[in-house]
Amino acid sequence: MSATFLGMPGNFPKNSEKAVQNSQLRFNLRKATHTIRGKRASVVGELPDWQELRAAGKAIKDHTLRNLDRYLLQLEDAVTTAGGAVHWARDAAEANRIVTELVKATGEREVVKVKSMATQEIGLNEALAQHGITAYETDLAELIVQLGDDFPSHILVPAIHRNRSEIREIFLDKMPGVSADLTDDPPALTEAARLHLRERFLRSKVAISGANFMVAESGTLVVLESEGNGRMCLSLPETLISVVGIEKLLPSWRDLEVFLQLLPRSSTGERMNPYTSMWTGAVEGQDFHLVLLDNGRTDVLADEVGRQALRCIRCSACLNVCPVYERAGGHAYGSVYPGPIGAILTPQLRGMSSELDASLPYASSLCGACYEVCPVAIDIPEVLVDLRAKAPHAAAEKAGMKVAGWVLDDHERLAKAQRAASRLRKVVPRRLPGPLSAWTDTRDVPEIPEEPFRDWWKRTGGGASEEAE
Amino acid sequence: MSAREEILARIGRAVAGAPDVEIPRGYRVRREVDASELVRLFAERVDDYRAIVHVVAAADVSATVDACLGERKMIVPDGFDREGGWPDLRTADGVITGCAVAVAETGTIVLDHGPGQGTRAQTLVPDYHLCVVRADQIVPGVPEAIARLDPSRPLTWISGPSATSDIELNRVEGVHGPRTLEVVIST
Repeated sequence: MSATFLGMPGNFPKNSEKAVQNSQLRFNLRKATHTIRGKRASVVGELPDWQELRAAGKAIKDHTLRNLDRYLLQLEDAVTTAGGAVHWARDAAEANRIVTELVKATGEREVVKVKSMATQEIGLNEALAQHGITAYETDLAELIVQLGDDFPSHILVPAIHRNRSEIREIFLDKMPGVSADLTDDPPALTEAARLHLRERFLRSKVAISGANFMVAESGTLVVLESEGNGRMCLSLPETLISVVGIEKLLPSWRDLEVFLQLLPRSSTGERMNPYTSMWTGAVEGQDFHLVLLDNGRTDVLADEVGRQALRCIRCSACLNVCPVYERAGGHAYGSVYPGPIGAILTPQLRGMSSELDASLPYASSLCGACYEVCPVAIDIPEVLVDLRAKAPHAAAEKAGMKVAGWVLDDHERLAKAQRAASRLRKVVPRRLPGPLSAWTDTRDVPEIPEEPFRDWWKRTGGGASEEAE
Repeated sequence: MSAREEILARIGRAVAGAPDVEIPRGYRVRREVDASELVRLFAERVDDYRAIVHVVAAADVSATVDACLGERKMIVPDGFDREGGWPDLRTADGVITGCAVAVAETGTIVLDHGPGQGTRAQTLVPDYHLCVVRADQIVPGVPEAIARLDPSRPLTWISGPSATSDIELNRVEGVHGPRTLEVVIST
């Protein structure tokens, strides 16, 4: 994954502990997530067939993943017939190599980019920079993040951790040609970005994008956006290169009727986002290249429980509803994909050998709110629990769990253990020693009764003899 | 082994033995809605996005358009029936187009950049876009629109003027793309 995110220090508990102290961040996140939750609920509530759309979305994605090889071949054929070129990349390094060569072949040293998480995942901007090619982000939030030399903290609104005066500072400091009396009023900031980018759009010869969907049947790519920078990048330059994860595929044109309803309502809480662009192959004389990206997706696909994470359409509804994300923010997850979906996708794409990645399945209280709002019904809690079992565990913890399992497995053993605990209850400490202290740091040891319940029940005939007394 | 072969092989191994899935399509498709209701709903939803909407009889469209445009230097695309187009994209004030289909439920206009609809650049660069939508082009919802559109054509779905909520989630209208969208519905 992205070089910028590799070697992120710490783990989720440490990172989030620091993050919750940042009251500006917490204020921004609370305002943002609560606002969007309301909007989402409202537009979803307008549709009488939301659950049917959700069921169809889930099934279409599952069917596509089950037949991914067949549909990718169909897509390749359709795109090529329409004059586009299709490239396949096994991993980030290969994808970066392919894109770099394609840009070099045009002779250009500057490219404009539409927001693409896949290109962040592979660290494309950094890879291009190493070859003297500058990639300019054109999405307002990505521009703020890029100028501020920062990391995105949310899938949909990557600069949500910044407030307006911070953004003003960044623009004054880093945006060429900006007026010294720029205010921090959002319309003024937006106007500054508009003017700054407009010239770039009109003269750029090469653009790099991702895609929200690819349609196998027709070879069509689909990009949803709000600002118009997507349209600028997709239609003005002579050369367009799109880097897209292989899981973004849909079988047929008709399937868009489901996803164009699920995505805008789930992500920005609108009936429809301002602009959606669709194109097939080489359009209006453009050169078009599609780079299909694996980079760990086939590993996720192989996992029976985890593969549902590949249904994700990157709406961020799960982030907006998560009580943990609301307080910790996106940076604590140390990944391009934060929040609940990040907690299940990142460990599967990257593995759990790092302390950070192994901690991600635990970045949750398992409340399940994410599952409820997910438009493609990904059972995030199910995958989290499955990943917790697969995560590396300390030897002491493993031994402790084995012993506990052995005791709980047999009712005689359990009864003996309960009687022993009752006899010793006055000397059982509030805080358990050694490695077990981690357990009691966040849990209360339960009140131990004088007599185990089953013994009491047997002795008193279910309380009957006590009542008679 | 090429990247293509390797990825396809990995996929094959990954899904071997997994069951396939039936796709339930219980959502609303191919609705029948009264024509005047479609016009009313579409106008209401477009207005919700803060575009300017006019509903006029077909005979009055030309006069309404004249009134909307005023003195603006307009790009008039090939195939659009109107005189006096401005020749230079960069210095034009606006663009006038028809559309391929319009979606009532979401207040969306879809361009397929065919005759009368301009190229993608023509409908993007100018700051003002006036779109003439015929009542018979309005369909109830997204599924009906998808059914009417040709996937081999470049398509631009427009729902209001451009906007961003990236700064503190404050919605600001007008980033790139036309900051003013005016729609004339011809009944």
